[in-house]
Amino acid sequence: MSDTTATHDDNGHDHHIVSVKAYGMVISALFFLMFLTVFMAFVDLGSLNPFIALAIAVSKAVLIVLIFMNVWFSTRLTQIFVAGGFFWLLILFGMIIIDFVSRAMVTNPQAWE
Amino acid sequence: MHTIAEAQRSAVFPEVNYLSARHTVASWLFTVDHKRIAMLYLVTISIMFALGGSFAALIRLELLTPAGDLLDSDTYNKVFTLHGVIMIFFFLIPSVPATIGNFLIPLMIGCKDLAFPRINLLSYYLYLLGATFAIIVLVRGGVDTGWTFYTPYSSTYAQTEVFYATMAAFAAGFSSILTGLNFIVTIHKMRAPGMSWFRMPLFVWAHYATSLIQILGTPVVAITLVLLATERIWGVGIFNPNIGGDPVLFQHLFWFYSHPAVYVMILPGMGVISEVITCFSRKRIFGYTFVAFSSLAIAVIGFLVWGHHMYVSGQSVFAGIVFSFITFLVAVPSAIKVFNWTATLYKGEITFEAPMIYAFGFMGLFLVGGLTGILLGSMGADVHFHDTYFVVAHFHYVMVGGMVMAFMCGLHFWWPKMTGRMYNETLGQISGILVFVGFNLTFMPQFLVGYLGMPRRYHVYSEEWQMLNVMSTLGATILGLGYILPAIYFPWSLFKGAPAGDNPWDAKGLEWETTSPPPTFNFDEENMPVVTEEAYAYVIERNTLGAR
Amino acid sequence: MAHASDSLVAHHFEDIDQQNESAVLGMWLFLAQEILFFGGLFAAYFVYRVKYPDAWAAASSELDIYLGGFNTVVLLVSSFTMAVSVNAAQTGKQQRLMMGMLVTLALGLTFVVVKFFEYKAKWDHGMIPGSGFVYHSTTGDYFAGVNPDQIQLFFCLYFVMTGMHALHMIIGAGLLLWLLALGYNGHFGPHRFMKVELFGFYWHFVDIVWVFLFPMLYLIDRSWMLQG
Repeated sequence: MSDTTATHDDNGHDHHIVSVKAYGMVISALFFLMFLTVFMAFVDLGSLNPFIALAIAVSKAVLIVLIFMNVWFSTRLTQIFVAGGFFWLLILFGMIIIDFVSRAMVTNPQAWE
Repeated sequence: MHTIAEAQRSAVFPEVNYLSARHTVASWLFTVDHKRIAMLYLVTISIMFALGGSFAALIRLELLTPAGDLLDSDTYNKVFTLHGVIMIFFFLIPSVPATIGNFLIPLMIGCKDLAFPRINLLSYYLYLLGATFAIIVLVRGGVDTGWTFYTPYSSTYAQTEVFYATMAAFAAGFSSILTGLNFIVTIHKMRAPGMSWFRMPLFVWAHYATSLIQILGTPVVAITLVLLATERIWGVGIFNPNIGGDPVLFQHLFWFYSHPAVYVMILPGMGVISEVITCFSRKRIFGYTFVAFSSLAIAVIGFLVWGHHMYVSGQSVFAGIVFSFITFLVAVPSAIKVFNWTATLYKGEITFEAPMIYAFGFMGLFLVGGLTGILLGSMGADVHFHDTYFVVAHFHYVMVGGMVMAFMCGLHFWWPKMTGRMYNETLGQISGILVFVGFNLTFMPQFLVGYLGMPRRYHVYSEEWQMLNVMSTLGATILGLGYILPAIYFPWSLFKGAPAGDNPWDAKGLEWETTSPPPTFNFDEENMPVVTEEAYAYVIERNTLGAR
Repeated sequence: MAHASDSLVAHHFEDIDQQNESAVLGMWLFLAQEILFFGGLFAAYFVYRVKYPDAWAAASSELDIYLGGFNTVVLLVSSFTMAVSVNAAQTGKQQRLMMGMLVTLALGLTFVVVKFFEYKAKWDHGMIPGSGFVYHSTTGDYFAGVNPDQIQLFFCLYFVMTGMHALHMIIGAGLLLWLLALGYNGHFGPHRFMKVELFGFYWHFVDIVWVFLFPMLYLIDRSWMLQG
């Protein structure tokens, strides 16, 4: 993160200002990841396909959140709330998916084995 | 009662306060003062409560006899749906947070206003928009899906005003999100010097936990209602089984919010009780940190239990087991609170003012509601109880016996602070006892009739259940009287009540250190409060516990 | 201590720091709410993806990967220009701030226009969910056995998800117009940039939603195209 500068504005408050150069590096990485995800869509890895697409999307989102949205330089409080928001998403997905993937176990008892 | 008489002897009504600041209608409708917005909310939700209550009265009247003689089936469906929608989205969810919480949180933590006063006003108008949609539903002939809007009935088959009903809930939902957002930022950033997290009143902790639920849960039901509304407009949608959609998915998304929402409907009430119990037993709360963290635990664990509404709806057995197990876990923090309140009472100097009578009522009724919840949370037992009056009685014990009792309790406790006037204490005590007796007479028979198998949402039933239903209707009449009394003596006190003085209950907390009613910016601006002691630093005068 | 910016602090705040920190926290809470708002849609997507993997692959092959890819580029660049605008606001570079926001607005509108033409193409092919829905397959025999009802289900989700996203883009464009008007009147300076910064959060969030929508709706399981 050496490309970013922490400057003091005239009021004497710390307000991290991320440099344009750092933003440039992030957008380059985002473009690379975009082409990677398009490329991977044409490679058939069977049931892994959605997971690869998701993993790449998550890394793009992390880059945007941390640098574009300044969360890397934010207070611990902000970071906790950002993490909390995404964690709650996992609760929503996780508990719903538990139901849908385990329904087969009842209609098809062999699935238990 | 010594404290009331002493404090009031010399009480005068302060000349400068938020009520007298300006008198125009516009100064109320466009106010950004959290206290005035709280009063706007109080008036509006009282009207909605009366509306929802009148539907309840219709239901109880119809159920007086086993035959369907007052309402036909379709009308009955609409009446119980409107009762549910109005009471849940327009009374219970905003009840304590938007009125008492809105009024008190800045006062309790010692700041001049909520962090975003204009967003606070916006939240009120969103609520009003939602209420308008609810009235539109009413005028256009009602809605008959039940307050849960289950698909595919609501999306495909219902011929009633489902669209406007979803819009009503949607707008009310965003109002609730904005209230929660405001509270969390205010509690984090606006506390007075010395007001550390563990010096905050437990009322504030409870609202913090509530706000987390409002922010993280409500948007999911909002988008679900959008999906439902588009499905109705479009003719097909993602819950439509004809094209492979799964109606049970709707229930998942709906309960992801609506189960945590029942904690929105109880946590603020628990906060009220923590304040009132300590004040009227003149004792510190027993186990402050446990009560504080149990609020957060309820909020978090409450997000993991929603599937217990869906044991018989086609959800997988495995998921049901998981949800059932976590449901038992959520009973632990709830029980911690009840135990700690009880321990707080132990050897306290207990007095029985009206708020305390309501608080005792809360503790008993919430206990019954909570314990029957454990029965319903067990997967096997729920197959028997599901969709019977046992469920109806259970959630009324928690919602009405819990939250409405707590709302009345808080209203009596802080009414002197909010208006600067005392209500008639004797009438207050009578009302508290009437509500407690009437409530139990209404809903205890419903446990029995539900256990015997009477299904909910039917207006015709077997004759052998009539006795219990008559008892229930009789109780509802007494309950109604108990609610009508405050509707008379509260407004009366505004004009004729004695000036309350700054601290009529001799209570602890920053809100009692300013005038009643407070000035527009809550405190003397040259002398903003600084906190030097922990919450509930009550000292018992009778020296039974040894010197403190 | 005398504040250089006392007039910028609302009466109920102690100082500018408290006001700014509150604003940032409030914005993030709003975005946490937005995360779960879109989360409901994504949950539905995942459930049906698990249930109907073949139909999902077939249906997503009907979407135009070129227009979708073009829009992805547009949005990523607009996020970059918005980030540059925030930097310009913080460092007091007025001209760069205005240019940055103008370009962001133009890119945002481009996205919406392209989206409109994508919708129109689906309309022309009758692939709008409803009683008139027809599965207009362009994938040859590759997905022959797939159930057209499930394709329709995919398109229900597609239109709601991208429609909700486009709605957020349009709201964002409106807010940008407002910020441009404020900037034109010299509202912003090195002490006064929170509105731009907070709007930047919102805009990046909308970008993130698209970062997930693009692969999930357009991309997964495209390998059939290479097999002829």
